[in-house]
Amino acid sequence: MKQNRPIALALRGVSKRFDRPAVEALDLTVYGGEFYALVGPNGAGKTTTLRMIVGLLRPDAGSICIEGVDSLSDPVTAKQVTAWLSDEPMIYDKLTPYEYLEFVAGLWRIEPDMAEGRARELIGWLGLEPHAHERCEGFSKGMRQKVALAGALVHDPKLIILDEPLTGLDAGTARQVKNVLRERVSAGGTVIMTTHILEVAERMADRIGVIASGRLIAEGTLDDLRRQTGKGATSLEDTFLALVAKDVVAA
Amino acid sequence: MSQPASLTWLASHEFRLGWRDWVSLITAGGRTRARNAAIGLVAFAAFMHVFAYWTVASYADASLAFDTPALVGITGTLVLSWSLLLSQAMESVTRAFYSRSDLDLILTSPASARKVFAVRMGRIAAAAVVIAVLLAAPFINVLAFLGGGRWLGAYGVVVAMGAMATAAALALTIALFRVVGARRTRLIAQVVAAIIGAAFVIGLQIAAIFSAGSISRFAAMQSDWMLAHAPNIGSAFWWPARAVSGDHFALVGVLAFGIGILCAAIALFSRRFGEHAVAAAGVSSATVRQRRWSLGFRRRSQSRVLRQKEWTLLQRDAWLISQTLMQILYLLPPALLLWVTFRDGHDSFVVLIPVVVMAAGQLAGGLAWLSISGEDAPELIATGPITTHRVLCAKVEAVICMIALIFAPIVAVLMLDVVFAGLACGLGILTAAAAATLIQLCFRIQARRSQFRRRQTSSRFATFAEAFSSIALAATTVLAASGSWTALGPAAIAFAILAAVWSISPSRA
Repeated sequence: MKQNRPIALALRGVSKRFDRPAVEALDLTVYGGEFYALVGPNGAGKTTTLRMIVGLLRPDAGSICIEGVDSLSDPVTAKQVTAWLSDEPMIYDKLTPYEYLEFVAGLWRIEPDMAEGRARELIGWLGLEPHAHERCEGFSKGMRQKVALAGALVHDPKLIILDEPLTGLDAGTARQVKNVLRERVSAGGTVIMTTHILEVAERMADRIGVIASGRLIAEGTLDDLRRQTGKGATSLEDTFLALVAKDVVAA
Repeated sequence: MSQPASLTWLASHEFRLGWRDWVSLITAGGRTRARNAAIGLVAFAAFMHVFAYWTVASYADASLAFDTPALVGITGTLVLSWSLLLSQAMESVTRAFYSRSDLDLILTSPASARKVFAVRMGRIAAAAVVIAVLLAAPFINVLAFLGGGRWLGAYGVVVAMGAMATAAALALTIALFRVVGARRTRLIAQVVAAIIGAAFVIGLQIAAIFSAGSISRFAAMQSDWMLAHAPNIGSAFWWPARAVSGDHFALVGVLAFGIGILCAAIALFSRRFGEHAVAAAGVSSATVRQRRWSLGFRRRSQSRVLRQKEWTLLQRDAWLISQTLMQILYLLPPALLLWVTFRDGHDSFVVLIPVVVMAAGQLAGGLAWLSISGEDAPELIATGPITTHRVLCAKVEAVICMIALIFAPIVAVLMLDVVFAGLACGLGILTAAAAATLIQLCFRIQARRSQFRRRQTSSRFATFAEAFSSIALAATTVLAASGSWTALGPAAIAFAILAAVWSISPSRA
């Protein structure tokens, strides 16, 4: 089934070293229309991996292909179909959400009419209508995250990459964000997300990758991961802890 | 050891923070930088003493029995320095109310808000005094060395000036809080601080332009009108000037007045510090509704989208506008001089061009930092489908367009007067702006726009390069406008500075 889907993202032998190796010879494949969650302990290399995919860091070795485009040799084409959202939303305090979305749409060269329609739709979905023409400077973290998410989606990306997008959000906002992401996946988009909230990964992801010490130590559906632990783990949390402990012993 | 939360305990905490802040400002946290900064400071102090010797050595033997022109000259210089101190103090006082760093912790603790306020104002006064002493020390030292210890009384006057500036800044800021409210006070206080800092110099220059046809502020201070309207020679108005040169009675009076007025201001205003600080804290969550800038999304190129974003952010950030306001205010006297001399048919460009070109370079440096380094959403831009080269080009275009817009009227009027000088001036402005922008490009960092105040600390080399290239290009332009081949000299210096910047640029590494 998986093999019939197009590959949205392919990492081959990707490595990155700072003071010590952050990511080592990482191979990762994510298919189109898939919700992929990347989990791992602190400092495992999750964020470094995502930042290399979106072009914020350059890998020391390996290749990254986004929707069939080599993102290292043709980053502009790869970025055209990609969106990035970090846990700390970076938006312009002095712009309104409406203006911010117009700016992002212009940067991604989206037809104005189409972009405006999408912007209105996103503002509605995320409950930002009452604040659409207020400057973002007085917004709470949750509202800023919603604006940043709307910005990530306004250019209709095929691949959405999110680093801990639910950190610090209240239950209502977190649910809205999750709903929007599920909606994108249903519409054929691909989502890759890191999270420390294992319950979210368990409920939302089609496949989960467990990364530790810069290496992908396990990957698959929740059932696949349970089988890999070889124990009677029931939840992702039990499975995750068992996998990480096994990796520590092996190291 | 002092009791926790006592005045001395809070003061030691405050001064420790202040000291560390100052050290990090100078050294930017590096040990090598600390050594380099120390060497730089010693070199700067030596240079300032030589400069002071050159400017004030001839006054060292001046007698205590001053005549009116001497008293006017000294008092004018003191008022000029005081206005700059007041401007600085106003900015610090405003920041004390609006900065949230540790205020939330302190105000929610059982420590007395009055004591916190008193200590914080004391720190601001001390900072104002330290800056004033550092700047005045070379002049006082040279005068004391050549003319005797009586000149050391000037240090006391500097202390009194710092105290008075803080007291006046405090009174002005509190008055603004009461009159316009917490929401508008921050912006208005910044604008007022910028105007105060520039007003006295500009006022004197404007007076000089009308009375003597010169831009020199000293011409105004020594004018017949000023001398005729000066107070009687025995007036207490001259006490600061007398205290500077060793009149002990005047010195005690000035010191007592300065420190007394600061204590009175702290005692008077400290009661409502907590109230004002809480009101200021509420401002950050205030909502600003924005009138829609268009009826719908518009079709524009990526470069235009980026340029428009830069212009919109700058236009809406009143805090940043106030930071650059002083540079624009300093353009008023040259513009006025141009207008007056144009009307009278004199050649004013020799005075005008260097001022305008230097101002363009400095203003472009600030705008370029905001545009290139002060990007609040760097990851959005970096993950956008646009090359870094195009992003940088769009940002540089935004800066150059803004400089062109600000300086176009002056160049246009100058061209009506002397076409060649106008052309040279326009070219000089664009070159100075391009040079300052290039320096900012070479030393670009990732920062938030709110860190604008600290832009100079990220690279002192960039700061000096920006200043010296502006000076060299100002000289080049005025010499070129005069038709002199000697313009090639300062042009070569400017080129050498830019080549040095390019060769050691961290962004090329």
